[in-house]
Amino acid sequence: MSDDELIWRIAGGSGDGIASTSQNFAKALMRSGLHVFTHRHYPSRIRGGHTYVEVRASADPVKSRGDGYNFLLALGDSFARNPQEEAYYGNEEVKPLAENLDELREGGVIVYDSGLLDPAEIPDFEERVEENDWHVYDMDLRSLAREQGREVMRNTAGVGVTCAITGIPLEAIEELMRDAMPEKILEPNIEIMQTAYDLVNEEYDVDAPDVSVPTGEHDEEQVLMSGSDAIAYGAIDEGCRFIAGYPMTPWTEVFTIMSQNLPELGGISEQVEDEIAAAALAIGASHMGVKAMSGSSGGGFALMGEPLGLAEMTETPLVLIEAMRAGPSTGMPTKPEQADLEHVLYTSQGDSQRVVLAPGTVAEAYEASRRAFQLAYEYQIPTMIVYDQKLSGELTNVPASHFDREPNPDIGMTLTEEELAEQPHTGDGKFHRFQHDGEDGVSPRSVPGQKGGRFLATGNEHNPAGHISEDPDNRVAQMDRRERKLDAIRADLDDDGLLVEHGPEDADYGILTFGSQQGTVEEAVDRLNDDGTSVKALTVAELAPYPTEAVRVFLDSVDEALVVEMNASAQFRGLTQKELGTHGEMLSSLLKYNGNPFEPREIVEGFTTNVVEDGELPGNETKFVPAAGD
Amino acid sequence: MSAFSAIGEEREIDRNEYTPEIEPQPTWCPGCGDFGVLKALKGALPEVGRTPEETLLVTGIGCSGKLNSYLDSYGFHTIHGRSLPVARAAKLANPGVEVVAAGGDGDGYGIGGNHFMHTARENHDMTYVVFNNEIFGLTKGQTSPTSPKGHKSKTQPHGSAKSPIRPLSLSLTSGASFVARTAAVNPNQAQRILKEAMEHDGFAHIDFLTQCPTWNKDAKQYVPYTDINESDDYDFDPTNRADAQELMRETEDKLYEGEVLTGVYYRDDERPSYQQEKQQIGEMPDEPLAERYFDDDYEWERSYDSFIDKHK
Repeated sequence: MSDDELIWRIAGGSGDGIASTSQNFAKALMRSGLHVFTHRHYPSRIRGGHTYVEVRASADPVKSRGDGYNFLLALGDSFARNPQEEAYYGNEEVKPLAENLDELREGGVIVYDSGLLDPAEIPDFEERVEENDWHVYDMDLRSLAREQGREVMRNTAGVGVTCAITGIPLEAIEELMRDAMPEKILEPNIEIMQTAYDLVNEEYDVDAPDVSVPTGEHDEEQVLMSGSDAIAYGAIDEGCRFIAGYPMTPWTEVFTIMSQNLPELGGISEQVEDEIAAAALAIGASHMGVKAMSGSSGGGFALMGEPLGLAEMTETPLVLIEAMRAGPSTGMPTKPEQADLEHVLYTSQGDSQRVVLAPGTVAEAYEASRRAFQLAYEYQIPTMIVYDQKLSGELTNVPASHFDREPNPDIGMTLTEEELAEQPHTGDGKFHRFQHDGEDGVSPRSVPGQKGGRFLATGNEHNPAGHISEDPDNRVAQMDRRERKLDAIRADLDDDGLLVEHGPEDADYGILTFGSQQGTVEEAVDRLNDDGTSVKALTVAELAPYPTEAVRVFLDSVDEALVVEMNASAQFRGLTQKELGTHGEMLSSLLKYNGNPFEPREIVEGFTTNVVEDGELPGNETKFVPAAGD
Repeated sequence: MSAFSAIGEEREIDRNEYTPEIEPQPTWCPGCGDFGVLKALKGALPEVGRTPEETLLVTGIGCSGKLNSYLDSYGFHTIHGRSLPVARAAKLANPGVEVVAAGGDGDGYGIGGNHFMHTARENHDMTYVVFNNEIFGLTKGQTSPTSPKGHKSKTQPHGSAKSPIRPLSLSLTSGASFVARTAAVNPNQAQRILKEAMEHDGFAHIDFLTQCPTWNKDAKQYVPYTDINESDDYDFDPTNRADAQELMRETEDKLYEGEVLTGVYYRDDERPSYQQEKQQIGEMPDEPLAERYFDDDYEWERSYDSFIDKHK
């Protein structure tokens, strides 16, 4: 744990403005020169329920949530359930304070809204405060907000208090409020923030702050982005102008960003009756030559299985997004998990012929989105981006220049009418859309409306002109050609070198992970090395076709490796063993599936006790599974 | 200049252009009503001035799904029940293409029923032909959504306890702006109705009675039939929704009593198509989206220019 960081947790109920307040706060800190990273925890409810957002800020780059946190702003839950239901739900009103105490670091700060929260309702509160050397600020934010504006503005009051205690100049926040708020509510908000700020300075001695904000400086201009923003912008820069979808958490974020922006870019967004239709619409648009996408989360993606197979068989370019959440079935809708890996790799009947990418960071999400469109259209193959609720919602700073790129509207091997005239046709003029040869397995396509391009696309096996055929030789030729694309794609991806290794090259041990765990694993690796354990990490961002050789080289270079993933059945380890066919005896697993992403500390502990010391895992929320035969 | 020179091409079209030269052996049985749809379509397409390469025929699964194997145009043989979502996106992507979707009664009213309801509701500018033979043919004779109550089959050994779906009423209630029924045994009417449906700017649904001589021998051959638009017994105005609703119900009931009523039941030429609605609210470009990808001069927008500032 670094002492020179602020991890500010704002807690309340859904609907209390937690998300927007924390976003402004994070942006203000970013603008001041700090690196920021947010972690969001929320229930599947419109109003009420325990919600918090953590903003971690440091002068050094941050790429994960921290271990616990050091500043709590407990607003109280203004939408708490009726006290009569207390026997079942507990006292909801006091939850923003009560439920956040376990993870608050020693010496941390508590600011609570005494207008809504009564610590007398929390068992042993005073004792715990003393034991942990917490600094408590009891502020009636509710009355303060009510007197000068509206009660809901107590989140602004809380930010004013935070600024006073940690030494953040109010101007930094004010500037953002001026950008984001309409005139009518702007003035009362600014007044409330100022009053709260002054009140703290009057009533408390803040000259020697308990927790202060670090100072830093960026080399270049930064932007605050989420994984969902990055995926949407990547799609737009690849010329994607058609999206079809059905709302489902957390995929809804990408769908919303695209739907809000496509009309002004002359694109089309369709909210349709179900996810089967959504995927089918994307196929229909792509068949006409348009760059199109769809996506969903677990259950909705399950409905896309059959259209996905149709895209594979008809070789229709298609990009699908799968935003994982905790399953099975409805599971825990707002909680992250990486348990849809096998679902995305194998769903739909027959041999799967698809590409699956799993970006690890916000910056990488933009890259992966662009790469997905390039591969889908170049190779006429469905390409999926699998990510999760963690990456979709986390905000972090990325250099603005990362997004300053040229657009790429290229639709790959699609012929013009002039080119079509040169292509083989049947006697009556039907275009050979599915030729047996074709470089890298790709047979160029035409699109409806083009002269000289007519063909039949069908989910049945088909001959070069597209007609249904069950001829064994044709079948094998077509299957082999489609499979050949995957080899060519693997070679392309190897050239990209998207696999990220972190830590000393000659390390004794390895950690293998995929997707959104990257940042947390890398922070754990740094700490392990600081503490004298020689370890490096490899994050795999391409799951199909699998980077077998790169992973083999990595595993060959270490004595033992721990596979870190957020699910209960070690799916990524299983995939790795299946693809490599070796190394099973050296791969143990550290799993977490309780709905909360890993903290770096948990990986450090899991690694140390199990891989280095062969001991028992301390009482954290993860699970260790030894290597096969161990 | 358009990248799609087949679209809007003015020339004489011979109906034989729609017949593949090396015609695949039809998998339909002798006497199958599906031949009637194929024939009517080959007749209607030249009449509306659409060439094979500006036509996209999207089908589902079943005997009816083979339609585009025997009609030479652009074709998309999709999966069971999903012809409509594929077809309507194709139309949105390139509205210049004539889009016709087709499938059976199981495909359209059963597994794809949700899409049928929503496509009708949205009033996409396309034609949808449902081959209604009151049976599942390709899987060998199971009870379908339009089989009469009491219909016995291997999967309903005691006779179906379900009343059949009411395709015309469902279509009207869902929002289709053109609803008709015709029959394979009535080729002239079928061709005329198909032509009107394709010329209609909106969702045109045709419930096409196609006799199945193999698996539904008990079913009527749909003769004799009455054309409600021609018959003196029916003084009927298809632009009157209330009258249409009443006559649709009567038609659906009478089919199972042995009387076949056909014709155009409803048309609303005033209602804007979905494409027009979307363009009106600024959610669809005036130029076909598909053209943009072939236009070397198009200035593609960048996220950096459009959106980056709000993240600073």
